[in-house]
Amino acid sequence: MNEMTLSANPNSANLADVTVTPERPKMTARDVRVSYGEAEALKGVSIDVTTDSVTAFIGPSGCGKSTFLRCLNRMNDTIPGARVKGEILLDGHDINAPDMDVVQLRARVGMVFQKPNPFPKSIYENVAYGPRIHGLASRKADMDGVVEQSLRRAGLWDEVKDRLADSGTALSGGQQQRLCIARAIAVNPEVILMDEPASALDPIATAKIEELIDDLRGRYAIVIVTHNMQQAARVSQKTAFFHLGTMVEYGDTREIFTNPKEARTKDYITGRYG
Amino acid sequence: MATELSTAAALRRMPLSAAPTSWASDTMQARIRKRYRQERIFKGLGVLALAIAGGFLLFLLVTVIASGWNSFRQTQVLVPVTFDAALLGVTAEQARADPRLLSRANFQGVMASSAERAFGDDAELVSDGAWLALREKVEADPGVIGRTVPMWLIATSNMDQLAKGRIDLEAAEGDRPVNDAEVFAWRTLEGEGKLRTVLNRTFLGSADSVDPELAGIWGALKGSFLTVIVTLLISFPVGVLTAIYLEEFAAKNRWTDIVEVSINNLAAVPSIIFGLLGLAVFLNVLNMPRSAPVVGGLTLALMTLPVIVIASRASIKAVPPSIRDAALGIGASPVQVVFHHVLPLALPGMLTGTILGMARALGETAPLLMIGMRAFLTSVPQGLAQPATVLPVQIFIWSDNVSRGFVEKTSGAIIVLLAFLLTINSLAIYLRNKFEVRW
Repeated sequence: MNEMTLSANPNSANLADVTVTPERPKMTARDVRVSYGEAEALKGVSIDVTTDSVTAFIGPSGCGKSTFLRCLNRMNDTIPGARVKGEILLDGHDINAPDMDVVQLRARVGMVFQKPNPFPKSIYENVAYGPRIHGLASRKADMDGVVEQSLRRAGLWDEVKDRLADSGTALSGGQQQRLCIARAIAVNPEVILMDEPASALDPIATAKIEELIDDLRGRYAIVIVTHNMQQAARVSQKTAFFHLGTMVEYGDTREIFTNPKEARTKDYITGRYG
Repeated sequence: MATELSTAAALRRMPLSAAPTSWASDTMQARIRKRYRQERIFKGLGVLALAIAGGFLLFLLVTVIASGWNSFRQTQVLVPVTFDAALLGVTAEQARADPRLLSRANFQGVMASSAERAFGDDAELVSDGAWLALREKVEADPGVIGRTVPMWLIATSNMDQLAKGRIDLEAAEGDRPVNDAEVFAWRTLEGEGKLRTVLNRTFLGSADSVDPELAGIWGALKGSFLTVIVTLLISFPVGVLTAIYLEEFAAKNRWTDIVEVSINNLAAVPSIIFGLLGLAVFLNVLNMPRSAPVVGGLTLALMTLPVIVIASRASIKAVPPSIRDAALGIGASPVQVVFHHVLPLALPGMLTGTILGMARALGETAPLLMIGMRAFLTSVPQGLAQPATVLPVQIFIWSDNVSRGFVEKTSGAIIVLLAFLLTINSLAIYLRNKFEVRW
């Protein structure tokens, strides 16, 4: 599995390091704390994210799982008053270090949001925008290739190949979300963060997104936040359960759902609260 | 938790009537009738308000157009002009050899003698400024010197008003601006077909004058145009960049709060205060030229800035945050987010604010009076630093004039101002719709 990871990311600066220690996780978080003003939203979370498995964050509303997800590509920077403490490493480099370029970080750690948010531009432009601003494809033919490949990987190519000039906002909700995934893939990220990507979609569109996540596993390290426990069970190999700003339990998804160690995890999974 | 429980308990204790609500009862029917009545009254008031507003607008347009459309017509008199070489001081040969001699030629004398020969000296029928037409004639063909040519010349304002039927002939001779000889001359000329009414090129093509028949709107129109261009070029970029900085980049703290409150207050400052500011800063400190469109434009830009900043901030706020997240999420820098995504989506709203600001600037008089743009100017401004006036100031100056012929000029200038405003606004609305992104 790890061999595949390496071939998917030939641009990785830490290729040598990773080869020496193949078990090394893609992202490592240690004792991450986030506070908004006085209130502490996240009280020390430590977790490892690997490329060969999809990691799901579950937990009731307000438990801090989205907050933590947004730490991983520093989207919390945009929230006034948010302070992040602790250590988050991407390939062994501290993403909060002064020499880390946040623009580059977000290209390497892509994000898909809860509500599909395509740009009000053409489908082609939606996908091509990222590669263009990062200078990943200079010639028109290269860009066409990147757009097609990204849309194919997002499972959207056959549905939109004849109307690439149409507005991205004219697609259905599920198609829009897959367009957003294609847009994230287009910049060739190493990690994709998904913040409840299917919560605004109907069951059929949700199933397509879940299939897509399974297809993308191994190529990208995927972290998905979800409210839907069946979804977590279906798509993820690792699951972390959050409650009231702490990570209560983290382990193999099968283990968490069948044999949780913590009473709170068991109560949540069996529907006592949520 | 305790409060939740007690609320639930209180809800359970609340008595509920056992019988179902009787919707057909008289009291219920009365309630329904009352509600429908209230809706009818509210709708009626709305229609009434609309009718009143429409009525006022119609009244304004009808009165302005009724008294103003005459200013676009000009009365001309047919005069047999004798280009006497001796009186003119230039012969045809001399004029051919050196056309510059014509600038010193006595065209006024030629015109006066021709008019006197034709109509006698009791009645003044031809405008003092009509000699310009004579010069143009000779410049075009010096061969007319020494011949007599019939020419249509601009009539005096009194003749013009007589021909347009705007002078009460029932009044005693002393109470009306024209004497009996002029009325007689008018009747005679009218009968002989020597009076005609044509499109008023003088009004549309020249600047102000002491004579109503020679006064034109073009100088003020061009002055307005130059001034508004300066205002737009200064206030739109500065206003939009200010709004972008405040909304997207500035930290939210006490200082930005103070800036925000100040901008909101500036939008409510009376415009004459901005005129004083322009006078103090641009004229007295920076020694810029008095009465110039560049100073007028800068002063109006100060006045318009807060309006554009407020409108632009509102339209930036209206751009969904999800678009910013999307762009940031694939690694766009904050400047790229603004210029690739936020600005294009906010532009229609910004343009709306700019239209409002420009319309206000175009109709503004008071601050321009302070910086000397109410000067009496008989030449059309040729540049941004030359003395100019603007349409509303021209209207103000003419409305102050005692001469009867200026009444229609005032209304005519109002029509031109409204047409100018409509043109600019239509253009801006067209641009806004072009930029509008359909979701």
